[in-house]
Amino acid sequence: MTESERLDVTFAALADPTRRAILARLANGQASVTELALPFQMTRAAVSKHLKVLEKAGLIGSGRDAQRRPRVLDPKPLARATKWLDQYRAFWQGSYQRLDAVLVEMKAAEAAKTAHGRKRNKR
Amino acid sequence: MTTEENLRVMLRGDCEIVHTRVFDAPRHLVFDALTKPDVLRSWYGPQGWTLVDCEIDLRAGGKWRFVTRQPSGREIVQFGVFIEIVAPVRFTRTERWLDWDCGEVVVTTELREHEGRTTLTSTTRYPSTQVRDELIAAGANRGTGEHYDKLAALLKAPHLSQ
Repeated sequence: MTESERLDVTFAALADPTRRAILARLANGQASVTELALPFQMTRAAVSKHLKVLEKAGLIGSGRDAQRRPRVLDPKPLARATKWLDQYRAFWQGSYQRLDAVLVEMKAAEAAKTAHGRKRNKR
Repeated sequence: MTTEENLRVMLRGDCEIVHTRVFDAPRHLVFDALTKPDVLRSWYGPQGWTLVDCEIDLRAGGKWRFVTRQPSGREIVQFGVFIEIVAPVRFTRTERWLDWDCGEVVVTTELREHEGRTTLTSTTRYPSTQVRDELIAAGANRGTGEHYDKLAALLKAPHLSQ
């Protein structure tokens, strides 16, 4: 799979609200299929289906307890999918915060100039 | 309103990335801040970065060149040519990176004023899907299109955004 294809699989897995909720639950710690099915009022089979999609995307793996097969969150694909976005955001967020301060100064300078101009015109 | 809420980043189609940001200032001042080197030097790049060189020939066909120094000391050189300038509404320019030849991208910056506040919309268009994929592979920048909304929704999930 190319990097782009891998990202497509990741994003497709994230497209479903139930799967996102499952990931959010697993972000708090590993859980079994039964535990995951509880808050969603879904059958174990329905939850297993979602888990398969998430597993295929590499977003989750199985924990050590072979009997319960608890699921654990694998943060790597998610990190890969969001890294470029984080860098882009960080650059512009930081820049624009500084620009906000510069614009305050520019507005003040312009207001002072306008006031000065008015005074002169009155004379 | 915090800056985090104010900056919106969207991916559009196969090749574009769009971001919008609202500034509490009239349009002509934002336009000046984006196009005058002495003003750009005071804000371009996050805290700790320095715009050490900034040349702008603001006319269609005119060249521009930015040299930005990161906190690590590494310098990034960006340059290109202005395609269109409609002050203070919009300008479009090509962009290249000196040590990272991913081809030419086209960036359009548009400003809309409403009640003394200005909304900036910046659209970066990459030359091809292949270029886009290489950028993702490099882990460096920008990426796939229509899936972004889904990712954004995910990132809003409180447990995952921590």
